[in-house]
Amino acid sequence: MHVYILRRLILMVPVLLGLTVIVFLIMSMIPGDPALAILGSYATPDNVEKLRADLGLDKTMVEQYWIWLTNMLQGDFGRSYSLNRPVLDEILERFGATLILAGTSLVLCTIFGLLTGVISAVRQYGWADKALTFAVLIGISVPSFWLGLLLMMFFAVELRWLPVSGMYAIYGGGDLPDLIRHLILPSVTLAVVATGIIARLTRSNMLEVLRQDFIRTARAKGLDENRVIYRHAFKAALVNVIPVIGVQAGFVLGGAVYIETVFQWPGIGRMLVNAISTRDILLVQGGVVLVAGSYVLFNLFADVLQHLLDPRVKA
Amino acid sequence: MTSNTATAPDIKAKKRSARPSAFKLLARNQLALMGAAILALVIALVLITPILPLPDPDVTDPAQRLLPPFSDGHFLGTDHLGRDLLSRLLWGTRVSLAVGISASLVAALFGSTIGIVSGYFGGRTDNIMMRGIDMLMAFPYILLALAIVAALGPGLMNALYAIAVVNIPFFARNIRGVTVGIAHREFVDAAKLSGKGHIRILVTEILPNVMPVIVITISTTVGWMILETAGLSFLGLGAQPPQADLGSMLGEGRKLITTAQHLSAIPGAMIFILVMSINLLGDGIRDVLDPRLKSGALARPAPLTKIDRSDAGTGHPVDDDTVLAVDELRTEFVLGDDTYKAVGGVSFSVGKNECVGLVGESGSGKSVTALSLLGLVASPPGAIAGGRVMFDGKDVFDMSERQVRDIRGGKAAYVFQDPLSTLHPLFSIGDQLVEAIRAHNAMSYKDAWAKAVKLLGMVRIPNPERRAENYPHQLSGGMRQRVGIAMALANEPQLIIADEPTTALDVTVQAQILKLMNNLRTDHGTSVLFITHDFGVVSEICDRVAVMYAGRIVEMGTTEQVLGNPAHPYTKRLIDCVPRLGEPDRRTAAIPGLPPAVNNLPAGCAFADRCERAEDKCRVGEISFDDLGDGHGVRCIKPMEAANV
Repeated sequence: MHVYILRRLILMVPVLLGLTVIVFLIMSMIPGDPALAILGSYATPDNVEKLRADLGLDKTMVEQYWIWLTNMLQGDFGRSYSLNRPVLDEILERFGATLILAGTSLVLCTIFGLLTGVISAVRQYGWADKALTFAVLIGISVPSFWLGLLLMMFFAVELRWLPVSGMYAIYGGGDLPDLIRHLILPSVTLAVVATGIIARLTRSNMLEVLRQDFIRTARAKGLDENRVIYRHAFKAALVNVIPVIGVQAGFVLGGAVYIETVFQWPGIGRMLVNAISTRDILLVQGGVVLVAGSYVLFNLFADVLQHLLDPRVKA
Repeated sequence: MTSNTATAPDIKAKKRSARPSAFKLLARNQLALMGAAILALVIALVLITPILPLPDPDVTDPAQRLLPPFSDGHFLGTDHLGRDLLSRLLWGTRVSLAVGISASLVAALFGSTIGIVSGYFGGRTDNIMMRGIDMLMAFPYILLALAIVAALGPGLMNALYAIAVVNIPFFARNIRGVTVGIAHREFVDAAKLSGKGHIRILVTEILPNVMPVIVITISTTVGWMILETAGLSFLGLGAQPPQADLGSMLGEGRKLITTAQHLSAIPGAMIFILVMSINLLGDGIRDVLDPRLKSGALARPAPLTKIDRSDAGTGHPVDDDTVLAVDELRTEFVLGDDTYKAVGGVSFSVGKNECVGLVGESGSGKSVTALSLLGLVASPPGAIAGGRVMFDGKDVFDMSERQVRDIRGGKAAYVFQDPLSTLHPLFSIGDQLVEAIRAHNAMSYKDAWAKAVKLLGMVRIPNPERRAENYPHQLSGGMRQRVGIAMALANEPQLIIADEPTTALDVTVQAQILKLMNNLRTDHGTSVLFITHDFGVVSEICDRVAVMYAGRIVEMGTTEQVLGNPAHPYTKRLIDCVPRLGEPDRRTAAIPGLPPAVNNLPAGCAFADRCERAEDKCRVGEISFDDLGDGHGVRCIKPMEAANV
């Protein structure tokens, strides 16, 4: 077990390195001179030259990458020029808010996705299955940013049950109940698509598993049907669904960009959108590396979990 | 095909049983059809938009701003600059559709190229390319698109590129998978030998074969791409004013959500309708082109086989010495328009401490018979169409699910053929034994575990304490079969139904298992129904034998009678198939021909077509099962004489 985790951790290093290379390459596609962009069109050639040297733009690509990478490893992500503060401080602060939102959504979509899928499979072709399958189809087709707006219009603007946006109330908020009230709409909206995908996959996996020989064995043993479905079939289906839940973490982290914008959630997604608009490249770079890195970590977690549940998996 | 009228009816008859055309299948899928209709309507609308009498989508009119839907002259109202929303919606849909479809085509072009090249050349090329694809997939989906837009700057074309790039891995992976599968097929090798270059082979041999997968991948991703490009525009990173797509309209509407909700509700609804109709159609296309993936095709088998009691028969009185009495059992499978009569009226009985063999080729219905006894035939598609099974004096088919469950694994237990697939892969064998024990006994987990270890010792598994912790995949085939037998013994059954328990094992292990079963039978007084295709095994363990052919018993008697004096020509041929030790020159003739399909059984004797003794009267009416005396019976009008053997 420990060997497995250790090996996976080591295997993660090249993935993380490759990830930084891709981010670096994408950012180097930026047309024009970043120094000129930062200083504006009235900059003197001397100043531009000086800034280019400061930014390391006079060096080769490989050197630039190396400097960027080693700085990052030492916690130096550069300085955001639009916010005038260290990138690391900003992204860590924002990332906390995103983790709360995305984490809640991931829990929601896992629970409801599995539940929906299992019920659908057990009641195959019954009215519950048909209703759920249709709901799932709507769930995976609805644009989350539109759904968020609709929910906001209805539950926050019309009914006034829940706050319209933000993470905490401006006056008198700040405690956990306040956070939860603010969290409900965005986290549910963010979970909808992933719930649909997990539900679909759980349903088809359950149906597949229920036809397997070992299910017949479980029945031949005289087990009652609930035990056959919820212990034997579900466990076998779950090991196939877990990697997909890992992938859903990526959809949820990415989808957070929309939801944070819709609900004014002070997370890293909204920060990225703002940073792109203000062309704050260092901030974008840092944010993307952090989110992608945490996604890789989460997938590692999902793999380890699958390994724990399925003794056959050998990496 | 139509020009040749003489053979037309013939072809028609063949076609009916074959798979319907892809188009017909698609047309049969109502949801897919609905999706296609909505999509076609939207596409038709946006195609004729330029000639529709609509106001210019970009002309502002401050006097007419924020009109609600159904206003005079503005069917869907106007936006904050007084522009007509219907006109903007249709023009925006044009843009969104065009961008989404272009993005999928770009992604399909590059992704498929990478996939085909990678899968065809394999080796190092494959490795490098796929590692790159893996890297792209290590990013959360939309994040990579954001990074690309960040670098290229906001704009509709850049959003298109970004979405295309993040979708390339899906195509590359899917197409590579298929290409690897066909890259070493004969027709590719033949093309190589004929001197075709790599590029020509890729284009003329590989591409046509992977095209369906490309189409499936497009149809399942294009909805996503429309959604995601709209999303980027919604964030203000896609279409820039005055150009508008559905996403940017929604983004603008969001700012006025408290005052003019229709501005965000309407464009969003349009995205939803588009994506939903495409997904419906895409699911339909996928089901047609790749039936293996069909989401609803797998029917869940019910816990108990469906039983039709209308034709149960009267049954016969059962004496106390009979553990199991089967009377005119019929089990059928309904697949499409065909009914497969897998078991067509089978009667036999198993006495106390008796071992009865049920012998036949694969497809003869012997396993289905075994599974029917306690309602374990998968249903749908299987169903018990008639007959009775009396177990321990009671009619199994009259019992509730709960009552049958009490018998299963309790008084009657199964041993299945391939224990690798019949044992649960994710539970330790100890746990699986504990479950079997506790299903019928109120016992603590600890006590049950101790009993499980004892059972493993009883079936001669060395070191049972440690082995109980193992998972099925950690055991050898023979070991697993012992576990299967231990599980059957868990509750001291009166009857063990063993369905080819030794078939998957090699000969020495087979002998050990047979010896084990024989010992258990004498020690515990258990009755055994032993299903096998192997007469060698029968002679070692069975007291009596029933030979099955095409769903019916054709001969039954004591092992000596049937093996020494076969009365049915089929039995004789089967016995001749078994090689005998010390008789290397003996003819081990295979039986010519194949058993008849059980969905289309001939009249008369089912074996007639393969029988060298067949006469005309063999092919008429029902052949009765005749008693030859001493419990030896045969279903043949001219049974073989003892002298013939």
